[in-house]
Amino acid sequence: MRIYLDNAATTKVYPEVAKKVNEIFLKSYGNASSLHSVGREARSELVKAREEIAKFVGCDSKEIVFTSGGTESNNLAIRGLAPMNPDKKHIVTSVVEHPSVLETCKYMGKWGYEIDYVGVDSEGIVDVKEVEKLIRDDTLLVSVMHVNNEIGTVQPVEEIGKVCKKKGVYFHTDAVQGFSKVDLDLGNIDLMSVSGHKIGAPKGVGFLYVKNGTKISPILNGGGQENGLRSGTENVPGIVGLATALDVSVDKKKIKKSRDKIIAGLKKIKGVKINGSMKNRVYNNVNVSFYGIEGESLMLMLDKDGIYVSTGSACASTKLKESYVLKAIGAEELYVHGSIRMTLGEDVVGNEDFVVGKIEEKVNKLRKISPFKLELENE
Amino acid sequence: MGSNCDYTKAVFDHFQNPRNMGEIEDADGVGTVGNPSCGDVLKVMLKVDGDKISDVKFQTFGCAAAIASSSMMTTLVKGKKISEAKKITNKDVAAALGQLPPIKVHCSNLAADALQKAIGDLK
Ligand SMILES: Cc1ncc(COP(=O)(O)O)c(C=O)c1O
Ligand code: FES
Repeated sequence: MRIYLDNAATTKVYPEVAKKVNEIFLKSYGNASSLHSVGREARSELVKAREEIAKFVGCDSKEIVFTSGGTESNNLAIRGLAPMNPDKKHIVTSVVEHPSVLETCKYMGKWGYEIDYVGVDSEGIVDVKEVEKLIRDDTLLVSVMHVNNEIGTVQPVEEIGKVCKKKGVYFHTDAVQGFSKVDLDLGNIDLMSVSGHKIGAPKGVGFLYVKNGTKISPILNGGGQENGLRSGTENVPGIVGLATALDVSVDKKKIKKSRDKIIAGLKKIKGVKINGSMKNRVYNNVNVSFYGIEGESLMLMLDKDGIYVSTGSACASTKLKESYVLKAIGAEELYVHGSIRMTLGEDVVGNEDFVVGKIEEKVNKLRKISPFKLELENE
Repeated sequence: MGSNCDYTKAVFDHFQNPRNMGEIEDADGVGTVGNPSCGDVLKVMLKVDGDKISDVKFQTFGCAAAIASSSMMTTLVKGKKISEAKKITNKDVAAALGQLPPIKVHCSNLAADALQKAIGDLK
């Protein structure tokens, strides 16, 4: 049996998406800028996909700028706003953002920008008042993510948007983990990043929503595609794949029930902590810490039995650092290292007991190997 | 790419089926290295008989490479003369495991360090 519980890292492409993308590869393979019929065909697919996506988002199709995914969208939002507002040299973001926001902000720091990082509470939630306090006259932008990739916490982005609107600063949200999963009113959001491969579309495609009237400059210059905001031949198969993925219905209620069943099961294991918020949590995230063992070991033991989870965030695990997100929520040291993340898809439904049973078995095995035991008795 | 894709068969074997795992109640020498905040702690316990290491056990809190290195290290020292065990370095442990991904080399250092500390602790 294979149970894939790493949908926040990436998803399997939906079969209907794969079929459609393949069709485009083979039939509508033209360059959307070419004037002949093959190009026109690709162009019409692109126009259609843009309209479908705009409809789903609830915006104007002119407000969608296709990119290569979440990382590029975050870069375009932050780095694209800067040159249009040269006298604004201050950025507010949060300590739990994805590296594609944190590192971009750090990069801006090298160019004379001052960055303020708003902290989070023990559930990983940003305090809106704290954000408001950090906003200054020279604040260019506030960037706070919609849903956290590690612990699944849903941020109060609509309220943050309201504050930004009131203060007259731009607001960007990295919605890579929230888009299509958690409803979001774009009323007070100027920029929103989305990535296809987190929602059943191929890797290497995504978009930045840019509210009409928000002036940004491109970070990729060239042929002037995407209204001059993102040069490069359009990834028509990927874009059509993204539009198609939005048509696929996901049984969120069922997955949420599975999530709750798994969490309830895990809570029965000794020395366990569920990280994040139970109330403001995306429906498919489980982030759990076990006392006295190390996450990578647990992940690899589960791997042997066909259960695929991740430790902390996929990219941080290779850098051998403990999770900055778990640190930010104040998790204890011996718990920080023993965390795994499960981001569920439909294949988990019906297998919850199996998953919990395997985790318990592996945790016990690793605890036998670990020198940290005694403290457990006092739990 | 995750670093763990580079683990050898020997690493997986020693990780899944660790040898000499556990405690020696009346150990003659104990060595503990690492730090819980770094995510790794290794404890090595030795029992000696004359000039020989008659038994060795380990407990490890750490990644797969740390557990595999600990296990492999114990197989390298069990039954050896103390003077021979003193010469065992992290290179020997890593070599016995085939190879470790570069960022995982420090895990094998810990195993050798804990061993040497335990030898130093012998009366
Ligand atoms: C919150 C968040 N933002 C951005 C990204 C980057 O997206 P992409 O892989 O499409 O560049 C990810 C994916 O890892 C993410 O989880
Ligand atoms: S013990 Fe540090 S990564 Fe292996």
